[in-house]
Amino acid sequence: MNFSILIFLFVAVLTTFAALVVVTNKNLVSAAMWLIVALFGAALTFVLLEATYIAVVQVVVYIGAIAVLIVFTIMLTRRSAEKEPSGATKQWPIAAVLSLALFSGLTYFYLTVPGTDRLAPVLDKELNMVSALGQLLVSPSGYVLPFELASVLLLAALIGSIVVAWRK
Amino acid sequence: MSNLIDQTMIIAILPEIGLVVLIGLVLLFGGIWKGKRLKGLGWLTAAGLGVLIVLSLVFAGPQAENQLVWGNMLHHDWYGLVFRLIFMLGAAITAIIAMEYDYGQKSEFYILLLTSTLGMNLMASAADLIMLYLAFETASIPLYVLAGFLKREKSSVEAGFKYLLFGAMSSALMLFGFSLIYGFTGMTNLADLAQAVVQGVFPPSAVLVSLLLVLIGFSFKISAFPFHFWAPDIYQGAATPISGFLSTASKAAGFSVLLRVMFVVYPSLTGQWQLILGIISGLTMTVGNIIALTQKDLKRLLAYSSIAHAGYILIGISAASAFGVGSAVFYIGTYLLTNLTAFGAVALAGEKTGSFAVDDFDGLSRRSPGLALIMLVSLLSLAGMPPFGGFIAKVLVFAAGVRGGMLWLVAVGALNSIIGLFYYLIVLKHVYLYLPQEGAPKLTFPKPAVATLALLSLGIIVIGTLFSPWYHWALNAAQNLF
Repeated sequence: MNFSILIFLFVAVLTTFAALVVVTNKNLVSAAMWLIVALFGAALTFVLLEATYIAVVQVVVYIGAIAVLIVFTIMLTRRSAEKEPSGATKQWPIAAVLSLALFSGLTYFYLTVPGTDRLAPVLDKELNMVSALGQLLVSPSGYVLPFELASVLLLAALIGSIVVAWRK
Repeated sequence: MSNLIDQTMIIAILPEIGLVVLIGLVLLFGGIWKGKRLKGLGWLTAAGLGVLIVLSLVFAGPQAENQLVWGNMLHHDWYGLVFRLIFMLGAAITAIIAMEYDYGQKSEFYILLLTSTLGMNLMASAADLIMLYLAFETASIPLYVLAGFLKREKSSVEAGFKYLLFGAMSSALMLFGFSLIYGFTGMTNLADLAQAVVQGVFPPSAVLVSLLLVLIGFSFKISAFPFHFWAPDIYQGAATPISGFLSTASKAAGFSVLLRVMFVVYPSLTGQWQLILGIISGLTMTVGNIIALTQKDLKRLLAYSSIAHAGYILIGISAASAFGVGSAVFYIGTYLLTNLTAFGAVALAGEKTGSFAVDDFDGLSRRSPGLALIMLVSLLSLAGMPPFGGFIAKVLVFAAGVRGGMLWLVAVGALNSIIGLFYYLIVLKHVYLYLPQEGAPKLTFPKPAVATLALLSLGIIVIGTLFSPWYHWALNAAQNLF
């Protein structure tokens, strides 16, 4: 077993645990704090994949902006935050069995399938990843179409959230 | 790396550029227009979509076979074009029906509808997993909001939230399947992936697991068994035109990617997925039809009937031939017209009387003969009666099933058609044979909506009698996958 795999396992367990606390914690403020841990775990995963730029973006955008915004929103809407949410539904045992079955099935699959022990290819040190990524994102023969589509999707999501949040 | 955008690339995404422009126009006029003029937003959306349909027909046809554009992100083929026309037609009809109601006076409604249509358009043409996933989410996320658009009604909010949760869950599983594909092959292009599967870079067990996970995502979208359970609650809670849109265009979008991925990425596994889809198909129609029998609410009944129809369409797909795909595409188009008509008629009558219970449709033929006739046409077409479009569509998928060696499935389908006929006729019995309640007034409906539905009913009859040009289109589209 390789050292980076150990780090990965640690990060994966931490991220999953944090994500679990986010959805089960009844206190919204501490749920938001755990969300930051989960997002940080995702950033660490990117570091392990040598996608350092994406990791930085993850920290700056998700933790620096989004998570802070969420915490602010919770603080400003204190009254609704204090109400106790009703918690899990009655059907949680079935859901637990189903997800455990899926989880163990996929784990078994990963342990038996050949090819999962392959190491990631070593990246070319000379390559400037950030500028290559930037060019790919706006090149017509690269990813400009998905890139633009994502912006339309964000516009729709923005309008959708206004629809949901607007009092009228 | 070439950085030039040429004419063919523009033509390939002409409908999508048009949709973005239309979104901008709706956004603009939604701010300018006030009061009664807001109804114009529905007209603007429908007319804009109509113009786009014509423009796409005239200009956006593919010039060459199997052309890939935009850095291999999109296919430019008849298959994509035919599906785009189907989605845009569905959105236009939805806009016309919706503009009569409160929610149809809001620009947000049409923006979300158009964005979703844009996502569907790109789903049908996507040639790359990244494009496919983004298009999938662009089609889905606005629909979550639209399902919960009636914020004052608890059932609508519940529908929106349920749809979001189920959608997110199935998307996650599908994405997990995509990550398996990418992890083992390092590729995202659909055609390259097919090569990787054949060359054995991709271990067979991993191929099968990825296939199953991806199928879960698509099954949710087409509401196939066992991922059908969300449909009735959401169709019932959402505004009726949106239920119509969900059950037709959104379902068609799911089928468009299902077909593309099965035939382009997994052709070497045809034997396996043929059987899987065959079993799903049989269970989907049986479950949908049997539960539909006991429904007292017309929206729920139509929801279960739409589950059953997904099963019939799957017969054509599991035949795994050009004929089968062509018949499935034909079925999807016919079903879109028919079900939008049915949902439209139910929306008009139900919103007027304030109830969607089957009993409250008693004597509709006396209260509004025109609307009753529209319901007769659409329900009989759903049941698969000649001379309506639904009959031809059913005959075609059954014939494809027989030719594809799925005789048992066709037998199940035929039995299911009989069950289906039974509950559609029960609804028609209420509409035509029962007397309305004492003193129930005659019903009048907004003219544009009724005219559209009448036109659609005529379309259903035209498809059922002069089916060959439409079938030819569907078959042309199907050829692109082989």
